[in-house]
Amino acid sequence: MNARHRKAWQISAMCLTVAAFITVNAAYGSGKNSNKERLIKIVAQRFSFTPNELKLQKGENVRLEFTSLDFVHGFNVPDMNLRADLPPGKITTLHLTPEKVGTFDFICDNFCGAGHEDMGGRIIVSN
Amino acid sequence: MINRRDFMKLTAIGGGAVFISGLTSLSQAATGYGKGSAYDDFYFVQLSDTHWGYQGPANPEASSTLKKAVATVNGLESQPDFIVFTGDLTHTTDDPKERRKRMNEFRDIVSELKVKNVRFIPGEHDASLDNGAIYKEIFGNTYYSFDHKEVHFVMLDNVSDPGANIGEAQLAWLAADLRKQKKDAKIVVFTHRPLFDLAPKWDWATRDGAKAIDLLMPYTNVTVFYGHIHQENHHNTGHIAHHSAKSLIFPLPAPGSQEKRTPLPWDAAAPNKGLGFREVEAEIKTAEYKITEFPVSKG
Repeated sequence: MNARHRKAWQISAMCLTVAAFITVNAAYGSGKNSNKERLIKIVAQRFSFTPNELKLQKGENVRLEFTSLDFVHGFNVPDMNLRADLPPGKITTLHLTPEKVGTFDFICDNFCGAGHEDMGGRIIVSN
Repeated sequence: MINRRDFMKLTAIGGGAVFISGLTSLSQAATGYGKGSAYDDFYFVQLSDTHWGYQGPANPEASSTLKKAVATVNGLESQPDFIVFTGDLTHTTDDPKERRKRMNEFRDIVSELKVKNVRFIPGEHDASLDNGAIYKEIFGNTYYSFDHKEVHFVMLDNVSDPGANIGEAQLAWLAADLRKQKKDAKIVVFTHRPLFDLAPKWDWATRDGAKAIDLLMPYTNVTVFYGHIHQENHHNTGHIAHHSAKSLIFPLPAPGSQEKRTPLPWDAAAPNKGLGFREVEAEIKTAEYKITEFPVSKG
């Protein structure tokens, strides 16, 4: 490899590294106090949320995108004062920046049938 | 009509602890026995969360529990003035035909009660999946009021909306209903869900319950009886007392005491453990309500 080729390879490698860094941040968020949001997609279906356990970092900006398949489920995190109705046929978005470390339960709070009481999950916020 | 002596007899045949709720207004106490004398005292029976149609490990004897409770109420030495069921008469089902069948079966079973003055409100298992449509066909309006002796009873529906809203229309009705009452009127409210935030992470709340409480707050003698949580619980919002009832299907854990609100395990050695109904003796003069808990069966 001559000097010209070595320079070109180094530039390409740097570009790839930067591109990979940008991709990771777009997909998984950019850490604390960033304006960028980490996207988490959640499917609501009688009688579960998928995923039903969300691991977040304190101060992290998160966008939750819900798709409901069969009912106007509710998503309610009482201890975060965060809730929304989730009508089927559209994406419902909630924005969240957890400010406290801990485990926060969420539930479906629109009665949806015989397994309604089991439809819930938790958000685990760590430092 | 029941007097104190009859009440003591009732407690002697199997009642549990007596819980006294209510307020004694100094001005009322000063007037002594007047129109609202002890002779106007009465009692009613509250049954709740019968979940007719439930099949599952939390109560393998579900097909007989309600019938036993009806027999126990019929066996009370003095019969109550009226009986109230505070919701979840039936266990939920997606099939409207099955829902109607369960409600008709429930109605037939409770028609065996000796007392014919029986009042109902729905629970979410009865009404949330069809906004109360079939319930209304069989049991009538989901919210209403009535007077008995000197007490004004208000039946609130916080379940026909699957999101546990009472709703603006019903709240407007409640406001108009209450406007007809004096501020010191004796008011008893029946609901299925708690009107206050007992355990929101278990859905033990009414989304707009605070609006109902705000409407009730100016009245000095208000007591709320409800169901939904399958256990006794006693709580005050200001001067308003809220009392939940046991169920007749399976008990649930104490509010927020564990991760999930799963039924307590069935105990074959004590199949009716944690289940029961209650009597409430209304003392008109003092606006007190003496609550006595009864098991499903006397034995």
